[in-house]
Amino acid sequence: MTSTDTRPAGVTGDRTGPRTAARPGRRGGPLARARAGLPTLVFLAPMLVIFGVFSWLPIGRAVVMSFQRTNLVSDPVFVGFANFQQVFADPQLWTAAQNTLYFAVLALLFGYPVPLVAAVLMSEVRKMRGLFSALAYLPVVVPPVVAVLLWKLFYDAGEDGVFNTVLGWFGIGPVAWLQDADIVMPSLVLEATWAAAGGTVIIYLAALTGVDPSLYEAAEIDGGGVWRKLWHITLPQLRGILLVTFILQIIGTAQVFLEPFLFTDGGPANRTLTLLLLIYRYAFTNSLGGDYGAAAALSLMLAVVLTGFSVLYFRLTRSWSS
Amino acid sequence: MSARTDRGLLAPTDWKRPSVRWSARISHGLLLAGLAVAGLGPMLWLAKAAVTPTQDTLRQPMAFWPNGFDFANLAEAWTRVEIDKYFFNTIALAAGSWAVQLLVAATGGYALAVLRPRLGKLVSGAVLATLFVPSVVLLVPLYLTILDPPVVGTSMLNTFWAIWLPAGANAFNVLLMQRFFANLPREIFEAARVDGAGPYRLFWSIVLPMSRPIIGVVSVFAVIASWKDFLWPMLVLPDPDRQPLSVRLPILQQFVELDVFLAALAISSLIPIALFLVFQRLFLNGASLGGAVKG
Repeated sequence: MTSTDTRPAGVTGDRTGPRTAARPGRRGGPLARARAGLPTLVFLAPMLVIFGVFSWLPIGRAVVMSFQRTNLVSDPVFVGFANFQQVFADPQLWTAAQNTLYFAVLALLFGYPVPLVAAVLMSEVRKMRGLFSALAYLPVVVPPVVAVLLWKLFYDAGEDGVFNTVLGWFGIGPVAWLQDADIVMPSLVLEATWAAAGGTVIIYLAALTGVDPSLYEAAEIDGGGVWRKLWHITLPQLRGILLVTFILQIIGTAQVFLEPFLFTDGGPANRTLTLLLLIYRYAFTNSLGGDYGAAAALSLMLAVVLTGFSVLYFRLTRSWSS
Repeated sequence: MSARTDRGLLAPTDWKRPSVRWSARISHGLLLAGLAVAGLGPMLWLAKAAVTPTQDTLRQPMAFWPNGFDFANLAEAWTRVEIDKYFFNTIALAAGSWAVQLLVAATGGYALAVLRPRLGKLVSGAVLATLFVPSVVLLVPLYLTILDPPVVGTSMLNTFWAIWLPAGANAFNVLLMQRFFANLPREIFEAARVDGAGPYRLFWSIVLPMSRPIIGVVSVFAVIASWKDFLWPMLVLPDPDRQPLSVRLPILQQFVELDVFLAALAISSLIPIALFLVFQRLFLNGASLGGAVKG
C-alpha cells in the first residue's frame, strides 16, 4: 500500500493506491443490513457527541451570544444589535483592524516570494534533497511559544542583543526591534514568517514534483530556455497552489494572536493590537470585565469574512482532488 | 511516480551546459547555507545557551564557544523550576488529545465511509462544514461550554478534559480517515462479511490494520498540534499545577534566571524535534496536505 492516497488536495499528481475497479452498488450488497442498525450508531456516536457539544452547539451559541448581553451571573438578555454598535463605536477596533491588515500585508511580502524561490531551487536539487526539506521544515516543529520567547531574546534592544550583535559587525544599529513603533510590526512578521515558511516550501515542493515533465520537454523542443520554461510552464502550473497558500495565509494572519500577545502585548502604543487580541481583551481581561457579547459579535464579523475565504479554499482544493 | 522520468525544470541537456550547472550549484550552496543559518541556527544557539552561564550569554551572545559550560542549568530547570511537572502535563494533554482525536476520526470515518448510514451524507456535510468556520468563533462560546457543560453539570475548568474533548472535534481528521477508508478495496469487506465478520470485527481486524499510514499522519498532527497549543490551555487551565509548558514558559521568564530559562526552552523543544527527526517522512507528507495549516 502506498501512502499516495492519503493526500487529497491535488498536491500530488498520480494516484496509485488501493483503489478498486468495481464497487458494489450503494444499496443492496451484504453491508446493507448494517446501515441503520445499532453498530452504525455506536460508531457514529463519538463523532456526533463530540462535534455536537464542542463544535455545532458552540457555533450556534456564538451567533446567539452576539445579540445577547451575557455574564456568568444573571441570565442572558437579548439586546439586538447593541453589541455590534458597541464594537463599532470602539476606536480600538479600527486600530486593531488596521494593524491586522498591516500584519497580513507584511506577511505576504515577507512570506510569499521566499518559499517559492526556495522551493523552485530545491526541486532541482539531486542529492540530499531530504536535508534541504528537513532544514526548511525544522522551525515549523519548534513549539511556537518557544520560538517567540527565543526571538524575544534575539530582539533585545541593547547592543549585546543577538541580532544587534550581528548588525554591529556591519556597523549597523543597535535597533530597538520591539520598542520602536515603526519597526515592531515588521519584527513580529519576520518571526512569524520564519516559523511558518517551511510549511509553505513543502507544499510548493510537492506541487513542483507534480508538474508534468512532458510540458518541459515540449518547451525545449520549441527552443525555450530555463527562464522561459520557469515563466511559461512552472509558474502557471503552480497558479492554483499559489492561490491556495495565499488564502490559507490570509485566514491564518487574520487570526494572529501569539506573536502580538507574547512579544509586545499589543504595544507599543497599541501598534501591534490585532483583532484577536482585542477579542481576547473584551472577553478575558479584567479591565473590560468579561464582555462576552462584544467578543462574540467581533468574532462573528471576522468569521463571516474569513468563511468566505475558507469556502473559496475548499472549492479550489476539491476541484483538483476529484 | 512510476511513469515519470526523473527530471524537473532543467533538462539533462541543460545540466551539461557549464553555465547552468555552475549557477545551479552555486544557488544550491547558497540556499543550503541560508537554510542552515535560518533553520538550524536558532536551535543551535538555544542548545548552546542552555548550557552556558547567564553572563556569557548576555555579554557575548554570538560567541561561538562559551567561556564555561554550566550543565547544571538543565537539572535546575528540570527540578527546581519544576519543568518536569509541566513537561508531564504537556505529555498527558498530548496523549489524551491524540486518543480522543483518533477515536472520533476512526470510528466516525469508518461509519461514514464503510457502513454508510442513510443520513451519512448529511452528517458528513455537517462535519465538513465546521472546516469553514474559523477557530476564532469558537473561543468564547467554547469557553462558556467548558464552564457549564451540558449533562456533566460541573465545570471542566482546570481539568484535562477541557483540552482533550474539544480536540476531538477536528473535521480535518475525520475527512482524512473517511477518504482513506473509502479508497480501501471494498471486496475485502464483502469477503470478511461472507466469512461472518460483523461491523465491529471488520473495523478492528481489517480496516484498522490496513490504515496504518493514515493513522500515523493523524497521530503526528494530533501530538504536534497539542504541543503547540497556547491560547486554549491558557484559558481553561488557570491552575499553574495543571498547565503545560507552552502556557507556563512565558510566566517563568519573569522570575527565572536567563540560563535556566533557556534550558527550560530547550527541554520544551526536545520532544517535537525528536519526533520530527524520527518521523520526517510522515511530517513532510503531512505538510504537503496543505489544509493542515488551517486554524
